[in-house]
Amino acid sequence: MMDFLAMGGYGFFVWGAYGVTAVVVIAELSSLRARRRAAAQLAASMPHSEDLP
Amino acid sequence: MNVYQFSSPATFYPFAGWLAPWFAWSAALLAIAGLWIGFAVAPTDFQQGEAYRIIFIHVPTAWMSMFIYLVMGFWSVLALAFNTRLSAMMAQSLVPTGALMTFIALWTGALWGRPTWGTYWAWDARMTSELILLFLYFGVMALRNAIDDPRRADRACAVLTIVGAVNIPIIYFSVQWWNTLHQGASVSLTAAPRMASIMLIGMLVMAFAAWFYTIAVSLWRVQAIILERERSASWISALPGLAGALR
Repeated sequence: MMDFLAMGGYGFFVWGAYGVTAVVVIAELSSLRARRRAAAQLAASMPHSEDLP
Repeated sequence: MNVYQFSSPATFYPFAGWLAPWFAWSAALLAIAGLWIGFAVAPTDFQQGEAYRIIFIHVPTAWMSMFIYLVMGFWSVLALAFNTRLSAMMAQSLVPTGALMTFIALWTGALWGRPTWGTYWAWDARMTSELILLFLYFGVMALRNAIDDPRRADRACAVLTIVGAVNIPIIYFSVQWWNTLHQGASVSLTAAPRMASIMLIGMLVMAFAAWFYTIAVSLWRVQAIILERERSASWISALPGLAGALR
């Protein structure tokens, strides 16, 4: 296990690459989730008229 | 079936919602398979040691950073030529994910370059043009935020996207046109790949994971964009469980 984490001395580079990738992907997914929720709440709160294009 | 009906946001919205989870789950399974190949199956590289395992994210995200821009360009041409709202929305939905892929490609490239080339960064043609691509994605986002009228923003962003597309062949061919620190392609459509097949398989699996992830995220984002922009339309109020469904 320690050997795996050490990555033959390249642990900082390998896990730095994979770690930051995981962080930004999770950040995108959570911000998208927040945006979808806000958009749905905004749309649900709108007065809807039948004659808009 | 009339495919043109899907150019209407009202028709596309439920279709996107149905499609996105399939791509999301495929992306997750492919990523698990790709990481398993990348870390458990693929052997240590005889020259680069373990550091080469960074390429399993670097190469797929670098491909996606260029491919997403080309798809944005495609939607932008449609948006300008036919003045269709949904084409512009599709282009808009890809911008943040394109920027994300470009950032990951640059970041992982730096962390791969340090142990392999001895430097995190060099102002060579491939890296500089990829950095310009990141600024183009930021520029399209900033331009949209700067224009209040969404339809005007659609046209302005489409023009900027199409003009910026000149950068994509520059990135792609930079390693042939100039003497760059970045090496030439290890995988091409016209020649046998210059890498071990299990490493290539791992990279391709990760590339499909990144591709399907992009499709899923952009479908979810285009749903949000449709809701934001068409929120007054009558078909929106007819959506089942609008406030409750999108949790």
